[in-house]
Amino acid sequence: MSRLSQRHLLGIKNITREDIELIFETADNFKQVINRPIKKVPSLRDVTIANVFFENSTRTRLSFELAQKRLSADVINFSASNSSVKKGETLLDTVNNILAMKVDMIVMRHASVGAPHFLSKHIKANIVNAGDGTHEHPTQALLDAFSIREKLGTLSGKKVAIIGDILHSRVALSNIFALQKLGAKVMVCGPPTLLPKFIANLGVQVELDLHKALEWCDVANVLRIQLERQQIKYFPSLREYSLYYGINKKMLDNLKKDIIVMHPGPINRGVELSSDAADSGHSVILDQVENGVAVRMAVLYLLAGATA
Amino acid sequence: MQKKLILDSHLLDITLSRLCHQLIENHSDFADTVIIGLQPRGIFLAELVHAKLEKITRKKIPLGYLDTTFHRDDFRRREVPAKASETRIPFVIEGKKVVLIDDVLYTGRSVRAAMDAMISFGRPAKVELLVLVDRKHTRDLPVAADYIGKKVDTLATQRILVELEAQGHKQNKIWLINKD
Repeated sequence: MSRLSQRHLLGIKNITREDIELIFETADNFKQVINRPIKKVPSLRDVTIANVFFENSTRTRLSFELAQKRLSADVINFSASNSSVKKGETLLDTVNNILAMKVDMIVMRHASVGAPHFLSKHIKANIVNAGDGTHEHPTQALLDAFSIREKLGTLSGKKVAIIGDILHSRVALSNIFALQKLGAKVMVCGPPTLLPKFIANLGVQVELDLHKALEWCDVANVLRIQLERQQIKYFPSLREYSLYYGINKKMLDNLKKDIIVMHPGPINRGVELSSDAADSGHSVILDQVENGVAVRMAVLYLLAGATA
Repeated sequence: MQKKLILDSHLLDITLSRLCHQLIENHSDFADTVIIGLQPRGIFLAELVHAKLEKITRKKIPLGYLDTTFHRDDFRRREVPAKASETRIPFVIEGKKVVLIDDVLYTGRSVRAAMDAMISFGRPAKVELLVLVDRKHTRDLPVAADYIGKKVDTLATQRILVELEAQGHKQNKIWLINKD
């Protein structure tokens, strides 16, 4: 069967390994498409998609918008900062108003955990979660796993260390689910204050020493310190964080094996990743961005195509 | 399920030879001609024709595969989205004569999608269509093949089954099947 088990992509937690593999196979084809002289296919020409962003985003929104345009969908963009949300409209009212204009799919980012799940119970359109609070960011996890698969051939048996601010990261949680479903071993590494209390219950290894984590892994997925979500101090200073958990090129060169360095962006250069490491041969950060468009095209195509 | 053999291995070989010679008649040295097989099933036939052509002409002829999935006109009109296959066109088609190859010509919708998909790669000078089996009087669109292996009268309730060795079958056989 070439359809997803779900009508929405709310999180990696509720999709299957087969779903992920189908998305990857489809994304392989879309990656070919976006590398052609004419990068567009007409598949979604009668589909209208609203990108509803209640939280700031550059990369994800651009990536989704480009994916939609490459599929010939009609696109409308909405960001909460200049909308009636400021005037006190509820989430459901906002979305229902958008849907009344005959919109078929909603891509939504929201600061509240579970917002897209709530929406999915009340509306008919397909929903793609583009990040809900500190919960999930499924398309980022898919493109991360897709990029690892592209570099290493498979995820099965590979060791992936997720390093940094795990506590505030929706990328971390979605990544853990995706990597585990595809058979990879996952480790989280960061200062104890930025590791969720019961993270080990998800079946991941926990490591506080960055060097040990780097020696262990095949792939280091480095996360940004999310200062905007930190209401209290979780570590004494950025300089101290950088000293203990910042990765530079020298550290990577001194490892016994070559590892891949990933980052979902935006990078705080000199904090979690030094410039020479981010721009080194270890880094696949820009491949991640390219793959993001292909993976999002696959998700949109598969969701829009399953009409029954 | 009733099956009727339309082409056996021996006859298929003769048919392919004839198609190749017809192609040579029109393209002589294949200097500006490329061959593109349509995914998923046309590629096996394209490979057979291509191998035979290279053997006869002793020339290298470019061969590509084209997937039409994202250009189909039935997206969102069927329950499940069609599964895509690989497109591999490692040459320029701009200004070239293109021979599209598919196994069965039925409604003509795949061929329309193929032409749409092909244009994404450039503007060919000329496009021709070669099919192994042409189902007569079943077209939804004004599409006709330039080279035809065999014309067959069929009912809407029948289908054509192409079994090729390259697809893992014991022998090359083309069947007409009655769906019950």
